[in-house]
Amino acid sequence: MIRLENLTKIFETQKGSVIAADHITMEVPSGEICILLGPSGCGKTTTLKMINRIVPPTSGKVFIEGEDTSGMQTEDLRRNIGYVIQQIGLFPNMTIEENITAVPRLLGWDAKRYRERARELMDVIAMDPNIYLNRYPSELSGGQQQRIGVARALAADPPVMLMDEPFGAIDPINRAVIQDEFLKMQQALKKTILFVSHDIDEAIKMGDRIAIFRAGRLVQLSEPDDLLAAPKDEFVESFLGDDRALKRLNLVRVGDVVSSDIGTVNPGDTLATALKRMDEYGYQLSILMVNEQNEPVGMVPRSVASLTRGYCRDHFQPLPGTIHMGDSLRKATSIMFAEDTTWLPCIDDNGKVCGQITQRAMTRHLGARFRAAARTATAPATGA
Amino acid sequence: MLASMLQRFGRIMVLAAVFAAGAWTYATGFIDEFLWHWPDVQYLTMQHLWLTAMSGSLAIAVGIPLGIVLSRPSMARVAESIMQVLNVGTTIPTLAVLALSMSFLGIGTTPAVFGLFVATLLPITRNTFAGLTGISPALLEAAAGIGMSPTQRLFRVELPNALYVIFAGIRTALTINVGTVPLAFLIGAGGLGELIFTGIDLFDPAMMLAGAIPTAMLAIAVDALIAVIAFLVVPRGVNPNRA
Repeated sequence: MIRLENLTKIFETQKGSVIAADHITMEVPSGEICILLGPSGCGKTTTLKMINRIVPPTSGKVFIEGEDTSGMQTEDLRRNIGYVIQQIGLFPNMTIEENITAVPRLLGWDAKRYRERARELMDVIAMDPNIYLNRYPSELSGGQQQRIGVARALAADPPVMLMDEPFGAIDPINRAVIQDEFLKMQQALKKTILFVSHDIDEAIKMGDRIAIFRAGRLVQLSEPDDLLAAPKDEFVESFLGDDRALKRLNLVRVGDVVSSDIGTVNPGDTLATALKRMDEYGYQLSILMVNEQNEPVGMVPRSVASLTRGYCRDHFQPLPGTIHMGDSLRKATSIMFAEDTTWLPCIDDNGKVCGQITQRAMTRHLGARFRAAARTATAPATGA
Repeated sequence: MLASMLQRFGRIMVLAAVFAAGAWTYATGFIDEFLWHWPDVQYLTMQHLWLTAMSGSLAIAVGIPLGIVLSRPSMARVAESIMQVLNVGTTIPTLAVLALSMSFLGIGTTPAVFGLFVATLLPITRNTFAGLTGISPALLEAAAGIGMSPTQRLFRVELPNALYVIFAGIRTALTINVGTVPLAFLIGAGGLGELIFTGIDLFDPAMMLAGAIPTAMLAIAVDALIAVIAFLVVPRGVNPNRA
């Protein structure tokens, strides 16, 4: 857990004093990633760097795991905080192994222990220790270097990590890969992470919470979905962009919107049964056909069922697609748009049908949050 | 075909020229004269090397720490001015430095070593300073951020990464040093300058060359030696020659 209390930084410049961070008070619960987000010069990086005193705070306190850090030696404090920077900052004179084991060696681990730790970490970041441990940073690609940068920060297993735009210098394709890897890693490691970013999409993807900064102040600290649904003021709203409802599609899982009480037919049912069931459930266009194992195999359109006689197995049409319960609404929307359909059957890990998702349900789910946000908003925004 | 024939012809011509030069120098008695100076050459070479070693190691022992001190952030304000003073120091011709140091320290080895030390100091200090201040701020931030103390940062990150540039300074400095030692003869410190200047004065080319050729060879040898040391000492990751 990290708690900041009235953390303030005032830079004295020739033009007078500049308040880079103004009484920042916030808390990041253990095991969560909190993204510090904002335009450049908003104080997010200053706030991050005050935690490990790369920027000495003017006033205020930092608590890590409930302990006030102001009494700690700077070196001891830093060795207990993983630190990853955008420029990566691997030591070019050291091998990858020496880079990764830098903190354990500072802490005085014995050679056997830190060498084992290096191999362990290479497994965590999915790089072959036999190939890479004896190489030098200049022999690695940018993406590989930043993986090593993350491994170095994790080496002494610190409870807390600070990351300053860690994936900012990596090309978009590799960035997405590293972000995914990092999230997977975080699920297992459960570090408490403060992460500076200026990229709203990265923030939504990576953050359990997002802290929006503006001109040295913390404007809003919310979970990504709350932030997108209920931005506190116009600045936050404009920073999030006018497609913030679409951005929420990334955050909502199919499983959150799925309707599990659905009508289906079997291949052995007659078309009359199919028509009856469509009326029963109010389906206008078609009904899903599943096999004995409850796997989706096709659909029977209303037009066919009402004009023809026979069995479903002889008259079904292929499905436009299926969607996994764990997928995001963004993927569901994308399939719906591509296939010109308004509903998709949802399947679980074993490929069994567990319900369906409709465009109507999606818009209702997203809209509900926005309407709730509008009601709770104090400003008289409802009039216009 | 034609190229290889020309190459072979060229090689034969060079061999022939070397042979002719050898035969001519032998015929004129030049080689005998040269060899007559051999014991002097041996003795004076040792003296020459000793002067280089003394003044060079003094310059390294002072120059590197000086460069380190000047590169510290707390010295940032005065560092450039001090470097300028050192720069002005090198614009004074070495001969003048030797003359000045003679007028304070008298005649002999001590003023010579001091004068050479002054002439050698700047490239070493300058390169140490440049190598250390040229290290990327991101690297220093990373080193600080993982919890290295200032001393650990200096020895584990800054110096190893600046080493290539520092060695380049030492190499330049010592090569210049070897070439400058002959002037030390003028204030009575010996060295191969004794043969060079006496040879000039006596209008004895063989004697002069007996001093000049070993001086040139020594400069090349010292240069090569330091290059080899740098190759071995500078960490592989920051050594362009071992990439």
